[in-house]
Amino acid sequence: MSGELVYGVVALPVGDDALLLETGSGEQVRALHAELLRRRAAGTLPAREIVPAARTVLLDGLPDPAAWAARLALLTAPPAPPPAAAPVELPVRYDGPDLADVAAHWGVPVAEVARIHSAAEYTVAFCGFTPGFGYLTGLPAAYDVPRRATPRTAVPAGAVALAGPYTGVYPRPSPGGWQLIGSARAVLWDHTRDPAALLAPGTRVRFVPVGEP
Amino acid sequence: MNAARRSHGRSPSAPVGSPVADRALHVVRAGALTTVQDGGRAGYAHLGVPRSGALDPGAARLLNRLVGNPVDAAVLETTVNGCALRPRSAVTVAVGGAPCPVRVAGRPAPWGVPVTVPAGALLEVGTAVAGVRSYVAVSGGVAVEPVLGSRATDLLSGLGPAPLADGTVLPLGRPVGPPARVDAVPWPAPPRELVFHVVLGPRDDWFTPDAVRELTTRTYRVSPAANRIGLRTEGPVLGRARAGELPSEGMVSGAVQVPPDGHPVVFLADHPTTGGYPVIAVVRAADLAAAAQARPGTPVRFRVVRRR
Repeated sequence: MSGELVYGVVALPVGDDALLLETGSGEQVRALHAELLRRRAAGTLPAREIVPAARTVLLDGLPDPAAWAARLALLTAPPAPPPAAAPVELPVRYDGPDLADVAAHWGVPVAEVARIHSAAEYTVAFCGFTPGFGYLTGLPAAYDVPRRATPRTAVPAGAVALAGPYTGVYPRPSPGGWQLIGSARAVLWDHTRDPAALLAPGTRVRFVPVGEP
Repeated sequence: MNAARRSHGRSPSAPVGSPVADRALHVVRAGALTTVQDGGRAGYAHLGVPRSGALDPGAARLLNRLVGNPVDAAVLETTVNGCALRPRSAVTVAVGGAPCPVRVAGRPAPWGVPVTVPAGALLEVGTAVAGVRSYVAVSGGVAVEPVLGSRATDLLSGLGPAPLADGTVLPLGRPVGPPARVDAVPWPAPPRELVFHVVLGPRDDWFTPDAVRELTTRTYRVSPAANRIGLRTEGPVLGRARAGELPSEGMVSGAVQVPPDGHPVVFLADHPTTGGYPVIAVVRAADLAAAAQARPGTPVRFRVVRRR
């Protein structure tokens, strides 16, 4: 591991008991998030919630955020360690209704979408929208796609979808504006299971094509 | 939502709040929207799980103390038109929050203080005469199965028991303490206007100086679309200084988020954990309970304060 990585972290107080730490990249968020979790586990960071997102990490339930802003702006952290666990493998049938639109955006034949999408290795950058919904990064930037112009009122559970740089899998039926490329049978969220969420920030994921393309 | 149906079993041990045989509430009239609420589920925001919990937590805690419960025991939160409940065994209840008529076995009963409801008698929680949400605490607490440490109904993500329906049977826990001996309890009156003390930011720089001035000097009104997720408001539209999309970031309770239509929304208990619209300011936690009791049309003023 190389030496300490110093961030130009911008610390923005949020109300009276939260602090938003802004970094320059998703990779920095990953390292910063890992460091903040280490500090909380060591008892040196009294935050109730540590919520990573696209470019930020929110510390909520943090007493005296202004004082922490000064301290954490000088934060140093080693690069995020490679995750120890093997990637979660999600079998996917690439049969989504937006395959043709995605293929057109990418400029490839429809049959290529499954190959390209399943060739990448993904990491859960953050969660949100609904419990257990992960925003997965890993697809090269050339494959970013816009959201659908008109969101669907009902997207089925297990739908594998793309928007911007992210891949997501819907944990339960919901409205949604992402481009649907396939369906997974894995149970993304089950509150009677421990852990309830199959995908948490930092989890690595591989999509494995199954069935006819 | 299967959670509610699965939640009526008994757990093997019987700690506080566990269901006890023959201690149950039969829901005779569910009302417009009645949910089970407690202190909410903290610590899971990174998985996309909202905090949830009683919108007027002070009311819920006070009522629990009145009936001899731990302060975070699960209570019922009604919306505007109350509910009617029939306990299988004698219970102590207290109804507070939004003032409303209370009847036990057809006779008027006091609001805001502990009341005994005999086994099989009907407890009627009437339509709020002011405010929006009345709370009903029952000795022993509502003992549905907790989800991630909380019994709260989260209307955004569907965690916790489903909103009550006519005929729902709610298990009750074993009472742990005697009811409080009080004749009268001071309750705050529902607000005639909401005054939200706000700290600007974290994204006030995404708005024009005019927008910040509008927000903090003009009067908004509570929208009919306000709910447990957010207090939507109507009033001057807030203009952006910056176009484009804000990458999704973590959201807090009290965040004043401004969607593209320019109408500020104050995030309440069931708010999403991340969001992509900029937050112009954050309302102080102590001011949020009043939002639970503000009817549509109630004036809302935002007053800037310095960060503590």
